[in-house]
Amino acid sequence: MNPATVNLATMQLVELVWLVPLFPLLGFITLMLIGRRLGEPVAGWVATAAMGGSFAAAVMVFVGMVGLDGESGERIVQVKLFDWVVAGDFSVDIGLLADPLSVTMILFITGVATLIHLYSIGYMHGDANFSKFFVYLNLFAFAMLMLVLGDNLLLTFLGWEGVGACSYFLISFWFTDEANASAGKKAFVTNRVGDFGFMLATFLAFFAYGSIEYGEMFSGAPIAQSTATAIALLLFVGAAGKSAQFPLYLWLPDAMAGPTPVSALIHAATMVTSGVYLLSRINPILAAAHDWAPSLIAWVGLFTALFAATIAIAQDDIKKVLAYSTVSQLGFMVVAVGTGAYVAALFHMITHAFFKALMFLGSGSVIHGMNDDQNMKRYGGLAKLMPITAGTFIVGWLAIAGVPPFSGFWSKDEILVSIYANGDIFANKVLFVLLLIAAILTAFYMTRLVALTFFGAPRWRDEVTGEAFIESDEELPLRHPHESPWTMTFPLVALAGAALVAGGLNLPFTKDLHFLEHWLEPSFFFEGKDNIFHDLPSGGTKWIVAIIATLGALMGIAAAWKLYFDKGGGTGPESPPILAQGWGYDNAVTSFMGGPGEKSFDAMAEFDATVVDGTVNGVGKLIQIDGGILRKLQNGLVRSYAALIGIGAVGVMIYFLVVGA
Amino acid sequence: MELTSTWYLVLAAILFALGATGLLVRRNPLIMFMCVELMLNAVNLTFVTFGNDLNDLGGELSVFFVLVVAAAEVVIGLAIIVAIMRRRNEATADDLSVLRG
Amino acid sequence: MELVVFLIAGALAIIGALGLILFRHPVHSALSLVLSLFAVAVLFVNQDAQFLAAVQVIVYAGAIVVLFLFVIMLLGVDKAENLSVEPIAGQRLIAVGIGIAILALSVFFIFSVSGNAATGQESVTAEKVDSITGTTTSATEALGDDQVDGTEDAPNIDQLGRSLFTDYVFAFEVTALLLTIAVVGAVLLARKPKGELAPLPTIPDRNAGPVPELDALETLGDT
Repeated sequence: MNPATVNLATMQLVELVWLVPLFPLLGFITLMLIGRRLGEPVAGWVATAAMGGSFAAAVMVFVGMVGLDGESGERIVQVKLFDWVVAGDFSVDIGLLADPLSVTMILFITGVATLIHLYSIGYMHGDANFSKFFVYLNLFAFAMLMLVLGDNLLLTFLGWEGVGACSYFLISFWFTDEANASAGKKAFVTNRVGDFGFMLATFLAFFAYGSIEYGEMFSGAPIAQSTATAIALLLFVGAAGKSAQFPLYLWLPDAMAGPTPVSALIHAATMVTSGVYLLSRINPILAAAHDWAPSLIAWVGLFTALFAATIAIAQDDIKKVLAYSTVSQLGFMVVAVGTGAYVAALFHMITHAFFKALMFLGSGSVIHGMNDDQNMKRYGGLAKLMPITAGTFIVGWLAIAGVPPFSGFWSKDEILVSIYANGDIFANKVLFVLLLIAAILTAFYMTRLVALTFFGAPRWRDEVTGEAFIESDEELPLRHPHESPWTMTFPLVALAGAALVAGGLNLPFTKDLHFLEHWLEPSFFFEGKDNIFHDLPSGGTKWIVAIIATLGALMGIAAAWKLYFDKGGGTGPESPPILAQGWGYDNAVTSFMGGPGEKSFDAMAEFDATVVDGTVNGVGKLIQIDGGILRKLQNGLVRSYAALIGIGAVGVMIYFLVVGA
Repeated sequence: MELTSTWYLVLAAILFALGATGLLVRRNPLIMFMCVELMLNAVNLTFVTFGNDLNDLGGELSVFFVLVVAAAEVVIGLAIIVAIMRRRNEATADDLSVLRG
Repeated sequence: MELVVFLIAGALAIIGALGLILFRHPVHSALSLVLSLFAVAVLFVNQDAQFLAAVQVIVYAGAIVVLFLFVIMLLGVDKAENLSVEPIAGQRLIAVGIGIAILALSVFFIFSVSGNAATGQESVTAEKVDSITGTTTSATEALGDDQVDGTEDAPNIDQLGRSLFTDYVFAFEVTALLLTIAVVGAVLLARKPKGELAPLPTIPDRNAGPVPELDALETLGDT
């Protein structure tokens, strides 16, 4: 085949990118209409097949894009589907932007989502609303894909809101328990605060650029630095809401009230990464902003990472540990974005998706086997009884702790090196040290989790025999831990494999192995040149940082192991309560909202009802009063009408007197 | 003192003003009608005065037509008053205020 | 001479007008009106409009006022009006004000034009000839007396008739039509209605509060 037709063929493959969100949309519609009739487990298989189709389409698009030339900008393909909003100067269409960044996102999103759909078939077995769960999951996938593929801010916002709504649906899936419903509401409302920033940024962008389409925004005339800073920071507010940065992270730990696959999909792999995705997408605006803006972003990310890590070491609920861990890891990614190391951030996003989803699914498996008990204090010694779960979980553990050669090591290391070497960021060496501490804490609390859950003596009694394994004063619960069915263990194995080898995406040894970096280059540009932080230090510094990071990780693991691995059934030292309660931040927010917050909201509502409504109604009342006064003129008496005629006649005469004929 | 047309005009103005005042003050519909006739007369006087001044017969012809129309108007007006007042003797113009808003 | 006539007739006209508006009994008012009309007829004669004077007396004083008196007699609207009470607030004030204003403005207009108040052009077609002296006071004498078809000394009625039936014949015919319509209308209005009479609209007693059937109208605007 001659190259021209090959190119045409690959171009056409990329243009079929609209297939990617189409499959979950069809799945959603099908299940919404006949899901209940299909019942368990067919509904689950339909949903999984839809996601599988989406993944296949994503792979196809990827293959097509590989065939295109990256240097000449061919890899940025916009597929316009149809006009959406046409209003004077403002026109927005439903268009998909397939460029390396979005293709990367859709690959791992669809891949992980397919595995989680498969897992859910086993996990939600026996639930009364089985098909409804998959309706929401498919809808979520559709919204997430639209978020990532949208070629303008409005379409991204559509997906943004969509994932927020689906997150609400799924968190409060078991809404008959009021705690779950509140958690869903909390997630939605907190996200809304971030959405406000997003909307303001959209308005400002339209005002500054005249368009909200990414292509037009980034290729147009440069704008004032302050405007760019404002847009970037407003979008960061939105990203902070979605990606759970301080102070909008509150909803994520509470969101663990939803079923575990939801936590795995939404709160580990996809929705929470949308904030980081957004910041990466608008990298030209970030580059055009004041220098202190990315520094601010980086420091907020660091604070979040450290803050959440300290809380995670004090949690007893297995899912809460993972939740705070997610917040912390997102902090890492935000630090990377703030430092300009977009590739490192996205690399970590991908590896994190794998190992965090893996660990969430694993925890789901454990919870399943432990009668829905989530308190780690009552676990212990499960490794022998749930080998596959334990084995895959350990892979995830080592990945997140940053132990080579697992993928987490490579991605975390990349971030650390980028920070160390980037002098542009305010106090970057301090940032480096603090992030290193956060990494050590990560290793610490994850080891604690693994030690308490899978190793040590069992702190429960065998359901069958009733025997206890340790001495204890209190009544130990009866449990029957068992391995999960293949629908649940297969995704675990697949994800573990990915967590193991994903490091190969962007190995730092030579430039040639920087696959991800080369791949992502076309999406990161500013003023005609690359926006990626290429300036990695020379070999020596790189190795020193790597060794320091590894040593830190091992230190953390060793410390936690010593404290929490106890063959005698102890659970290690008591965690300080202030850490367990998240430094009191959650309580502070609750009391504020309930107290002064509620008062101010009530005052606002009052203001609206009296002043705003009052003005509007007042205008009507005024007209009524005027009408009432004028009505008195019409008294039906001929003589007063005659008097008015006389007055008019005199008036005309005076007019002629004054003005003249 | 010479008699110019100005005198006539002033007299006509006086009559007109008196008629207007009377129309607004009186309540009896018939007297109100008669005040209207007075006003018309004042206007007739004005027409004739100007016609005399300009040696134009148009003034007198206008009076002629005004007279005809006034006669027709009186006929219809009185017929209406009769129709309304037929059954009530003490009615005044103030009592017909059904059109009040 | 003319001045004396004017003064007497003018005074009588004003007295008649005052009587019209001040007398309480409608018959007294009608008779005052007759006085006023007569005075105006005299003034017409003073201005060489003899035919008009005659018509004025015959039609106005003779027919119209008599018609008024007939109605007064027929309806028995002969009760004296209570002039001391004025139900509409401020009406008297407005009325007097309007009267004075009209008078003042008119006089002002009349005197604002220096000398002759008549601003129009002297007509060349309907030229008026003084029927007694046979002379015109027109400045267009130079145009010749042939304008009036050789009837220089024609009496007023001749001139009027000639003008009426040639230049203004259309208006004349229309007035004929108008009179016919008036007659038809009057006959219709004065017929005795067949069957039951519709109930009268209730006369609101000004001091008794709102009329019941008008309540709905009233409440419409009050909410």
